[in-house]
Amino acid sequence: MSSHYEAPIRKPLVIGDKSYHDITEDIARPIETPPNKDWWIAFGISMAAFMWGVGCIIYTIGTGIGTWGLNKTVGWAWDITNFVWWVGIGHAGTLISAVLLLFRQKWRMGINRSAEAMTIFSVIQAGLFPVIHMGRPWLIYWFFPIPNQFGSLWVNFNSPLLWDVFAISTYLTVSLVFWWTGLLPDFAMIRDRAVKPFQKKIYSLISFGWSGRAKDWQRFEEVSLVLAGLATPLVLSVHTIVSFDFATSVIPGWHTTIFPPYFVAGAIFSGFAMVQTLLIIMRKVSRLESYITVQHIEMMNIVIMITGSIVGCAYITELFIAWYSGVEYEQYAFLNRATGPYWWAYFLMMSCNVVSPQVMWFKKIRTSIIWSFVISIVVNVGMWFERFVIIVTSLHRDYLPSSWTMFSPTFIDIGIFIGTIGFFFVLFLLYARSFPVVAQSEVKTILKSSGENYKKLRDKK
Amino acid sequence: MSSKSLHVLFDDDDTLLDAVKQIVKSKIYINEIYTPFPVHGLDKAMKLKPTNMSIATFIYGCIGFTVAIMMMNYIMIVDWPQNIGGKPSFTLIENIPSFVPIIFEMTVFFAAHLMVITFYLKSKLWPFKKSENPHPSTTDDKFLIDMETGTNIAKTKTMLKKLGAISIEIINNDEDEK
Repeated sequence: MSSHYEAPIRKPLVIGDKSYHDITEDIARPIETPPNKDWWIAFGISMAAFMWGVGCIIYTIGTGIGTWGLNKTVGWAWDITNFVWWVGIGHAGTLISAVLLLFRQKWRMGINRSAEAMTIFSVIQAGLFPVIHMGRPWLIYWFFPIPNQFGSLWVNFNSPLLWDVFAISTYLTVSLVFWWTGLLPDFAMIRDRAVKPFQKKIYSLISFGWSGRAKDWQRFEEVSLVLAGLATPLVLSVHTIVSFDFATSVIPGWHTTIFPPYFVAGAIFSGFAMVQTLLIIMRKVSRLESYITVQHIEMMNIVIMITGSIVGCAYITELFIAWYSGVEYEQYAFLNRATGPYWWAYFLMMSCNVVSPQVMWFKKIRTSIIWSFVISIVVNVGMWFERFVIIVTSLHRDYLPSSWTMFSPTFIDIGIFIGTIGFFFVLFLLYARSFPVVAQSEVKTILKSSGENYKKLRDKK
Repeated sequence: MSSKSLHVLFDDDDTLLDAVKQIVKSKIYINEIYTPFPVHGLDKAMKLKPTNMSIATFIYGCIGFTVAIMMMNYIMIVDWPQNIGGKPSFTLIENIPSFVPIIFEMTVFFAAHLMVITFYLKSKLWPFKKSENPHPSTTDDKFLIDMETGTNIAKTKTMLKKLGAISIEIINNDEDEK
């Protein structure tokens, strides 16, 4: 027992009188029981939204990008807004599993599996937008440096858009293998207790024959640690490179050196908010309150509050630097952003992202589940508007006042966005019923140090 | 070596760790230990060699780094140099600042994927691979030591009982081979 000592002041991370076997039972339950009516309703709505989106995508590809609300002045709007929004959301998963692993934060174990799943699903949504925006998605292979019939006309490695291709594809694939490697022991657990032959077959297939030998575990732990070490700079690089899409341009409002750190903070901010939204529902529905505790929610709220404050600082720094630069175009871009025709979007961004997370300074609010849920939604809305503000307000009033215009989305724009939300939830709902949603083999390693019953036992001594 | 071996089940990781230390002390060879989660200190207790995974990964990362530079040098400098806005981009050293993001990404890409592939191959993990844990509960809450019997089976058994084993099974390996 002494080797499992943890300071009594630390709150337990596994609530209730749990044994190793109880953890197995609790994690396997959602997989082994049929889904209830609420799940089918949620799945039905998501599927409908997804299908709506598929229809809009097909229409876009069949007719052309002209079906969107873009015009000569605003050539980039919802597509890239949605892309950056989804990529940003996709940052929390790897941050939770990689950065928090390096910092030895045990509370990551209750939530890392679902956060990583969310990462992968949202990066998939993000990846859709550049592909659709190509107009001719069957030419997607032009993205990659492959010898071709045009006298080997290569891609341009000086372009930040190409850096993005490499960053996003590296991020997606590395997150995927990180996730899957962590899943192997948990799939094996489901496999070894499966009763139905079909279920056994499927889980045998996807657990890759995991047996849990001592040597396997030794390698597993080393691989996890090294992957975390690789994924940590990777996760920071991805949104840095996304911000380069704007920062390396010469458009006032985009051409700022603060973009990389500011985008990374914003990404972590919105990612944690999305994790919060999903897990608050999932812990209730899948009865995982013992593993995703109020303590976990509070920790995530603290991260949201801090990154929200960083984002707020960045907004104000941008304004200051625009004024301080003495460049009138730069000054106008920010004046227009805050007080021009899109003032309402700027106001929404400021109030959702900077003001709303500040209520988390109160312990009562950051430990309240309802408040956490509401704030997490508000933050996600705010972060969508942040990208919209950056992209559209910097473009819609360019150097030539005669070409000044506004952007309004068509129902195709809206449909594709709603479709990706539907697709995201379809994937997440399927995941919640077929994957072990808590990294049970990891939670078992902290049961004796951070389990409520073991902590009480030690206190008595 | 005897053709018999023992499958000893434990239900607690601390008992297992103490037992493994005792078994190693009494010089009985442990073939394998199956556990549902990583038991810290187990690899040291059973005297496993440390893994070289991180060294391999470093080499993989170096390969990715080199491949990225060579690829971009060939494409942008050697094969089809382009004048992009009159910027200095006609030698590798002039153009390398804008290659940094992709050099980094490819280093990570190679290191991460080749490491995971190495791990899967060395630990024999791939689709359609049959699992080899002898008891299904070793992925749930039980710990199994697959060990030699020692010179005196009865004596080994009493020792294991004392160490907290919940069940001991004698496995006849000769029969398995037939």
